[in-house]
Amino acid sequence: MEKNNYTQQINITDELMTRINELISHYPADKKKSALIPVLHEVQDAHENWLSIELQNKVAEILEIKPIEVYEVVTFYTMFNTKPVAKFMFEFCRTSCCATRGVEDLMDYASEKLGVKEGEITSDGLFQFVGVECLGACGYAPMLQLGDFYHEKLSKEAFNQLIDDCKAGKITLHDK
Amino acid sequence: MKVTIDGQSVEVEPGTTILQAARMIGGESVPPAMCYYSKLKGTGGKCRCCLVEVSKGSEADPRPMPKLMASCVTGCMDGMEVNSKNSDRVTEARKAVTEFLLINHPLDCPVCDQAGECNLQDLSFEHGKPETRFIEEKRTFEPENIGDKIQLHMNRCILCQRCVQVAEQLTDDRVHGVLNRGDHAQISTCVSAAIDNEFSGNMIDVCPVGALTDKTFRFKSRVWFNKPFNAHRECTTPGCCGKTTLWMFGNEIQRVTGRKDQYGEVEDFICNTCRFDKKEVSDWTIEGPKKFDKDSVINQNNYTRKTEKVVINTEENILQGREEDRKKISMAAIPLKNNDSK
Amino acid sequence: MGRKILLGKINIPGIKTYEVYRQNGGYASVEKAFKMTPDEVTEEVKTSGLRGRGGAGFPVGMKWSFIDKKSGNPRHLVCNADESEPGTFKDRYLMEYIPHLLIEGMITSSYALGANLSYIYIRGEYMWVYKTLERAIKEAYAAGWLGKNIQGSGYDLDLHVHCGAGAYICGEETALIESLEGKRGNPRLKPPFPAVKGLWQNPTVVNNVESIASVPWIVLNTGTEYAKIGIERSTGTKLISASGHIKKPGVYEIELGVSVEEFINSDEYCGGMIDDRPLKALVPGGSSVPILPAHLIYKTAAGNDRLMTYESLSDGGFATGSMLGSGGFIVYNDTTCIVRNTWNFSRFYHHESCGQCTPCREGTGWLEKVLHRIENGHGREEDIELLLSIQSKIEGNTICPLGDAASWPVAAAIRHFREEFEYHIRFPEKIKNRDHFVHEPFEKVRHLIKKETV
Repeated sequence: MEKNNYTQQINITDELMTRINELISHYPADKKKSALIPVLHEVQDAHENWLSIELQNKVAEILEIKPIEVYEVVTFYTMFNTKPVAKFMFEFCRTSCCATRGVEDLMDYASEKLGVKEGEITSDGLFQFVGVECLGACGYAPMLQLGDFYHEKLSKEAFNQLIDDCKAGKITLHDK
Repeated sequence: MKVTIDGQSVEVEPGTTILQAARMIGGESVPPAMCYYSKLKGTGGKCRCCLVEVSKGSEADPRPMPKLMASCVTGCMDGMEVNSKNSDRVTEARKAVTEFLLINHPLDCPVCDQAGECNLQDLSFEHGKPETRFIEEKRTFEPENIGDKIQLHMNRCILCQRCVQVAEQLTDDRVHGVLNRGDHAQISTCVSAAIDNEFSGNMIDVCPVGALTDKTFRFKSRVWFNKPFNAHRECTTPGCCGKTTLWMFGNEIQRVTGRKDQYGEVEDFICNTCRFDKKEVSDWTIEGPKKFDKDSVINQNNYTRKTEKVVINTEENILQGREEDRKKISMAAIPLKNNDSK
Repeated sequence: MGRKILLGKINIPGIKTYEVYRQNGGYASVEKAFKMTPDEVTEEVKTSGLRGRGGAGFPVGMKWSFIDKKSGNPRHLVCNADESEPGTFKDRYLMEYIPHLLIEGMITSSYALGANLSYIYIRGEYMWVYKTLERAIKEAYAAGWLGKNIQGSGYDLDLHVHCGAGAYICGEETALIESLEGKRGNPRLKPPFPAVKGLWQNPTVVNNVESIASVPWIVLNTGTEYAKIGIERSTGTKLISASGHIKKPGVYEIELGVSVEEFINSDEYCGGMIDDRPLKALVPGGSSVPILPAHLIYKTAAGNDRLMTYESLSDGGFATGSMLGSGGFIVYNDTTCIVRNTWNFSRFYHHESCGQCTPCREGTGWLEKVLHRIENGHGREEDIELLLSIQSKIEGNTICPLGDAASWPVAAAIRHFREEFEYHIRFPEKIKNRDHFVHEPFEKVRHLIKKETV
């Protein structure tokens, strides 16, 4: 596995813990592990959108499972990040329908506009773009995901506007 | 219940799988198994090497099964008829799986400690092709240190997940598992943790390939130069049977393993003390030479078999000839000049 | 205008909320179902001929009747909202705009199955829909449609929504169950089937969103009425997610039996091709079904009209037909490069393979690499046969259908568009840019291949 030296401030607030307990209550008392994926989402959202090993260990402790059971799940699913990401991560869908409607050109444009290659973070730590597989918005291509939300039927102008909105603090990342 | 495999019938108990029934019959009808391990629950079904054709589902429902079935996880039904060795479809599928297992495999047998007792070598010998059709770059993994006793070589792994089941079933604290997914799925501890449970060494024995090998035996000898002896000791570790195979070179115990049967499965699991710490002949009661039921490269050097003594005179003849040549052209008479050697 | 069973009320302002939904006849099927026995509800669904809308098209009523009621173990209904098949986005539309319809369907269906704890498994990327459903479920609890002794019927049901985190494979029902148990989404070996040992080893039924959302109408209007819609064994209405080079992409509810020609060209549906360019190919049921070339889209090989039904779309088998699948209807015009598109699909399956079994783990990556080479001008003549060989070795040899889904599109693309592959291999300098067919569609260069082969 890739070694990293990133550190993360872990802060399980009361509010977060209440939400975690609510999620756990959705499953039978002896099936706490079932809550793992929803809990990881909540924890990741509250920790700058990534999960350090320490944070994963903390989740294992809360759900009373082995740490390896958390690592196995975190690395299987693409939505969990195991290293720091930019504040605004644009995830472009690049599968067939979006590709035929010009997402590749748009990603080239994003690269030019942000001055970074795919996967890289801008020097101010604000932006990053990546290509992901089908997001289920094929009819509204090209599109990208930002936080919990989709931005569809994109054009270069719409993308520029989105960046401006991000900078102006007009974008809500998570629906809580 | 009666099951027929390649035309040979056998009576089995309900709950028996096709693979188990085939092993009861024995011989060439036994499908190869890379991931199934009879001593570990929940193994099997993954490698797809043991696919067989079910030409008759059962007496009650004689329809054939449309797809090839993994024999290690498919239960027998009364009156079931199965084709293994006899089916071209099955042979094709096994060839296909073998090819898939090999495309990303490093093929580093010359430097692999598993060579000679490797299930993938056996499988390739039987179902492989001499050439590859794969011209792309092979997938590789970063090396990971999982402790001072076990060497993990992920590039060789076929993801049978037997070692995960060992950790799950023999130890109380599993620290390794399968991380990532798809063709980047890998056996890992994620944090380079040392796997140091008293039964962790069994991961080496269950590994069908050279992905997990014994660090204390690393590069010491090719397995076919070792002479295996069955031995036992009074082991005090709870759960350890104390019955092992010692792999000797002269009077040195180079390696200790569990006792494996003809399918490469250990008869019983052993503890790390027996495996790694007891390397003196005086630690053991030696029962006698280990016999092999199956043909193996290890047999080629087997001292239990009486073989004709072969005398090779080639080297001697060459040396003799050289002496005569020397005389003929009187090289010996001409001394070397100092300058020539520079 | 076809009948709208699922989307009929979708334009009512505020239909997302419980009050508006209830005022417009919502939850009536639950009231009616409670006056029936669970088996009677199942019978209605059987009579309706409703087939699973997730892709496989297995009759829903029959699936329900397989659930193990003898063991006495608790039963579960799990709704598969992990919609991830490229080309499909219908379930999301339904859940986003009329979430209570799904909840109503879940209650009625859970009642029929005798399940007291049910889940909706939604893909993690649909996070805002997850939140929408969560709120709708809270409303339903507050209004007494969930919980203990629902509306005084004596029937208890707890319903929760569970989210995934980015894995196409979790759309496979046993992988979905594994994921719901908090594990990696590795498909299970079958048998045992979920109907016997599913979620937490209890009998479980997994159904697609659209299937479950069809149940309220069936219960209210009877299965016989539902079966009157559509043609033969393709009964009822179906949501089609239309995308690609068409004027009006989006989700449409059709009565099964509409012709493909009408669906693509009428203003009620797709509205024809964008910029009126020629139609080149069609993937009618999501990325895993075989692609159809232009001459097999409106007519079958036998010369009959191609209809939007399970039977008509698969007419001709894999040689000249395809499948209705999940209804992910992707239309391609002449600027599309089939090789590039096939590589794109292969990359998707390579990315989404769980890695558990050998043929899929190793084979999907190999397919992608070879296709990538061809698309980028490094193909060899023998690569076409190699692709066919690899795909045939994956197909049928894997634990779950992902292996088949990865291999079918490759086989179909080569079957119908072989010349395009040959063109890529023989004229690497002409395909340097990824938009090579935008300026020079394949029809204009096809003669180059013809000459070479003479």
